[in-house]
Amino acid sequence: MTNSLSARDDVPDAYTTHLPGGQHWSLRLRRGTTLSLTAREADTNVGLLCYNPENLLERLNLPDTLKCQHTFKLTRGNCLYSDMGRVFASIVEDDLGWHDSVGGNLNRAHMITKGWQPVSFQQALNDRTQTGHDSFLVELAKYGLGRRDMAANLNLFSKVESDEAGRLRYVPGHCQPGQRVMLRFDMDTLVLLHTCPHPLDPSACYPHRGVDIALGTAPAPDEEDICWRACPENARGFANNRLYHLGLQGA
Amino acid sequence: MRLTETTSTTTTITPLLESPLRVENAAIRHLIEAGDHYIGIVRAGQTLRLVDVEGNEAADTLFFNAHDTAERYSAMDTVREQGQVYLGTGSRLLSGEGNLMLTITADTCGRHDTLGGACASESNTVRYDLEKRHMHSCRDNWMQAIANYPEFGLTKRDITHNINFFMNVPVTPEGGLSFADGLSGPGKYVEMEAAMDVVVLISNCPQLNNPCSGFNPTPLEVLVWD
Repeated sequence: MTNSLSARDDVPDAYTTHLPGGQHWSLRLRRGTTLSLTAREADTNVGLLCYNPENLLERLNLPDTLKCQHTFKLTRGNCLYSDMGRVFASIVEDDLGWHDSVGGNLNRAHMITKGWQPVSFQQALNDRTQTGHDSFLVELAKYGLGRRDMAANLNLFSKVESDEAGRLRYVPGHCQPGQRVMLRFDMDTLVLLHTCPHPLDPSACYPHRGVDIALGTAPAPDEEDICWRACPENARGFANNRLYHLGLQGA
Repeated sequence: MRLTETTSTTTTITPLLESPLRVENAAIRHLIEAGDHYIGIVRAGQTLRLVDVEGNEAADTLFFNAHDTAERYSAMDTVREQGQVYLGTGSRLLSGEGNLMLTITADTCGRHDTLGGACASESNTVRYDLEKRHMHSCRDNWMQAIANYPEFGLTKRDITHNINFFMNVPVTPEGGLSFADGLSGPGKYVEMEAAMDVVVLISNCPQLNNPCSGFNPTPLEVLVWD
């Protein structure tokens, strides 16, 4: 069985764009679409949240995602689970080997404690220093959601490791320019993104590091899919997706 | 009741610290039966103790600001700001707004989890078997609690990432994560002082598919001191 997603150079992208550093976006991605993110600079960070547009109460659940795959890091072969036992998306390509599941979001208090001078719109227009927390609140509000709906987010491109004693450490230099991660959406998903710095980023000043975005399409996964085969839990997750899509064409 | 062969991970525990508080002086004593729930208020300055009465139980716990329940305990903010995956004596339990909700002031267990989340009938289908969806779970327990006590104003939107008191979920330097045998035992407890008025919502974990309840769910006790 060929890996249909390895054809990264000969399948044209359906849509490409660039999200500058310190900004946010949201969009609905259909089942069968792919989202590729490519870092232009070292230590890029992309915050990500997922919701079911048919039922916004169903959302990314990182604790469920971690425990069912027995992992603290996320990489190729891992699925991103909703709290309803379904797979929002699968990580089908990954140059990094580790995406952070625990760091959460930059907030306004961090700006002060890090000595990152907050810069207003009045001062810098769109180069102002937004936080990941506020970025998600802005995007959530567009769908009638708010603080109560803010789940734990993924921090793509970032690495926070734990030692044997549970001490956490952000790993600078983990993300290198040109590295890419690709998600395949396995159900319709409302995706919230921001490019604000990781809250543990040790930079001296607020870094603006953007990300190149490409959207494409991919066939539905089957039993040979790398994420399906990664563990029996994922096979059961895809079985739950199949049940959810029962009666739809291609389900 | 404790299992012995579940993990080879080195276990590091935070310093154990006994509490000076006497049980007979508690303002509230409540037994949560196996698989049952508890919801109540703990006022700023009060101390909440959870007791693993018979050992090897898990207390899946959520906290909300009693005056603005949209502000709630945040697992990710708490572990990031303390630079430590596990909770123990001295852990400052933070809200999603970065405010201190409670501080763990005594602990005879040594390690508590906040990464593993709660069991749910839906996630059980993924983790164990598609035919296990009917089994009782922490999330169903919480759903029953918020349905029974609408006066707290909580809905499914508010049910998020929790603390698993008495549960041991080791993380490895390589990025692995497992559910291991608990460090808890009969009578072990954890105690925390509230820095704000909080709603506490607890599910006494009914999970029968992993060692978190020793395959034999037992009661938990809640005590509150003024």
